[in-house]
Amino acid sequence: MIVREHERVMIQGITGKQGTFWTERMQRYGTNIVGGIVPKKGGHNHLGVPVFDNAFHAMTEVPFDVAGLFVPPYFAKVGAIDAIEAGVKKLVILTEHIPVHDVMEIIAAGEANETQIVGPNTTGVATPGECFVGFMPAFNKNIMTAGNVGIISRSGSLGTLISLNITQAGLGQSAFIGIGGDPVIGTTTLAALKCLDEDDRTKAVFILGEIGGTMEELAAEYASTMKKPVVAFIAGGAAPKGKKMGHAGAIVSGNKGTYVSKRRALMEAGVHVIDTPSDAGSAMLDALNAT
Amino acid sequence: MNFEECAAKPLLKEEGIAIPRGKMATSIEYVSKVAAELGPCVVKAQVPSGKRGKAGGIKLAKTPQEAEAAASDILGMQISGYKVEKLLIEEQKDIEREFYLAIINDTETRSPSLLFSTLGGMDIEAAAMQDPKQVHRMPINISTGLDTSGIINILQQSNLGDEKADIADISLKLYSLYRRYDAELLEINPLVLTKSNEIIALDCKFSMDDSAIQRHPELAVNGCLEKVTKIEAEAKTQGLKYIELDGSVGVLANGAGLTMTTMDVVKFYGGKPANFMEIGGEAYTKGKPALELVLANTKVKSLVINFCGAFARCDVMAEGIITAWEEIHPTLPVFFSVHGTGDEEARKMLKQRLGISPYDTMDQACEAAVKAAQKAEEGGKIDSS
Repeated sequence: MIVREHERVMIQGITGKQGTFWTERMQRYGTNIVGGIVPKKGGHNHLGVPVFDNAFHAMTEVPFDVAGLFVPPYFAKVGAIDAIEAGVKKLVILTEHIPVHDVMEIIAAGEANETQIVGPNTTGVATPGECFVGFMPAFNKNIMTAGNVGIISRSGSLGTLISLNITQAGLGQSAFIGIGGDPVIGTTTLAALKCLDEDDRTKAVFILGEIGGTMEELAAEYASTMKKPVVAFIAGGAAPKGKKMGHAGAIVSGNKGTYVSKRRALMEAGVHVIDTPSDAGSAMLDALNAT
Repeated sequence: MNFEECAAKPLLKEEGIAIPRGKMATSIEYVSKVAAELGPCVVKAQVPSGKRGKAGGIKLAKTPQEAEAAASDILGMQISGYKVEKLLIEEQKDIEREFYLAIINDTETRSPSLLFSTLGGMDIEAAAMQDPKQVHRMPINISTGLDTSGIINILQQSNLGDEKADIADISLKLYSLYRRYDAELLEINPLVLTKSNEIIALDCKFSMDDSAIQRHPELAVNGCLEKVTKIEAEAKTQGLKYIELDGSVGVLANGAGLTMTTMDVVKFYGGKPANFMEIGGEAYTKGKPALELVLANTKVKSLVINFCGAFARCDVMAEGIITAWEEIHPTLPVFFSVHGTGDEEARKMLKQRLGISPYDTMDQACEAAVKAAQKAEEGGKIDSS
């Protein structure tokens, strides 16, 4: 998912502490915030935009393209499905600690209604020079600046460091897609990679992966078909192994899902896999110069 | 949150899935008494971990004397880091066939999936690794739920007799438990067909989604608390994410991803991280307690502090560290890498108040910290500047 400056953004949970703090920053940066949704608080204005009780009402009064969701974990499912059923096309779920069954229900609703979902537990999406939805520090020009590298990240802090390294190398970002750190998420590494591959402004892609799950391996096959260069880093090589219950995890992931297997799959797909994040800038310069 | 077999099986029973008769025991004397009541029995270690059978934590006993001997072997045993303190004593069953049945949060299909195999038992993982086709994996549409025709279809491919209907029924019940209790995993292995044509669950593994625990307070009291060290427990009360590890390089960074990667880079340069400690998000003002906790681990011989400020400003995080440093005057060497929002202010403060200049990259800081820790472990004298 890439969000551009003309797209109309509605913030769910706009009156909360996080919602208020980040909406102000998004507005200042240029994100086209057209309103907010907070149950039982409809009819008021907050931060200069109207607040609605629910997404249906909001969509009728102030049509919107994107919803940014900042509501607490146990209310997130209701809010997300409300927005999906109201017809929103892009939904960014920032909330952390949403129960996984709820997330699976949200994703199923999104698929049934053709809503793109990013998150949950994400730092959000950013298009430097235009807008951002979420927490990415696009407002700091030393970290993010308009350019032609698309970044896919499961982590906010590490995504920030990679953005910074790429900016310091004299490059910039066409789009940052924070896919989120949860085990079940709306936009996978593969979906984000396809999105950036189809984006005209993106000339190269950086994949910031982590141990756990098999998303990087599933993306590797697609990467091997791409003309645009891809650079990747996998975090968690030194993380202690978790204790596991039962056999299901091992049965489902087979030989996939480890630090080594992810790196191997990406390398075999022709992706330049770096050993430490400090190499991100130089590796990206090399990759772009080689094309 | 993981549940031991003895906490998970009552859920099966509540839903109408048959389980063997049995009782809990913590003493050898009581094991003997229970065994006398049950007849031939199984003595099973209760720990929240898999591989109990392979570790020798499950033994068959024909007589009370054999049960006593098994209990004395198993009680006190260490399995996956847990000391066995209680046993489940269950009646033995005459097994005709063993099956594997589970419902999981499937991160690939992003839906629940049902797993079924006719190769139930301890070696299911090896069997699945050798021939993945031995385990049927059926994604479930969470909006509409588990449909009977899907299960029947799988069971029809599995060379089963009349027990098909029972297994289909148990699958539906297991799915309903999975949904009701926000399970990450509900696994019956083995689910057995006995010689008397009874279908019964001989084991059950249950993990609840940690994010959903507050929805099930009545059940969560039966779950197993994670084992934590003293420092980890203290960090938790302070609202800090800290994991104690075996190495000698202390790590303090902001954000889980950056902290994990700082550990990776320490390892890359040949060192071993002593801990994971992150002060990102809402905790970014907690530099002081974070530093104190990292230093509380006596294995720490050097320290790398890595900040990449975004919303969490580097100068605010550094302020906490510097204040704590001035107060406790640690003698071990410390190496900084500071980037992003507020980095210039943070660099200035570090130079002025601690006389330390941060490194240009996290690699340089980590490499220096690794070298310093190695030197300290060799007994050499270290100068931190």
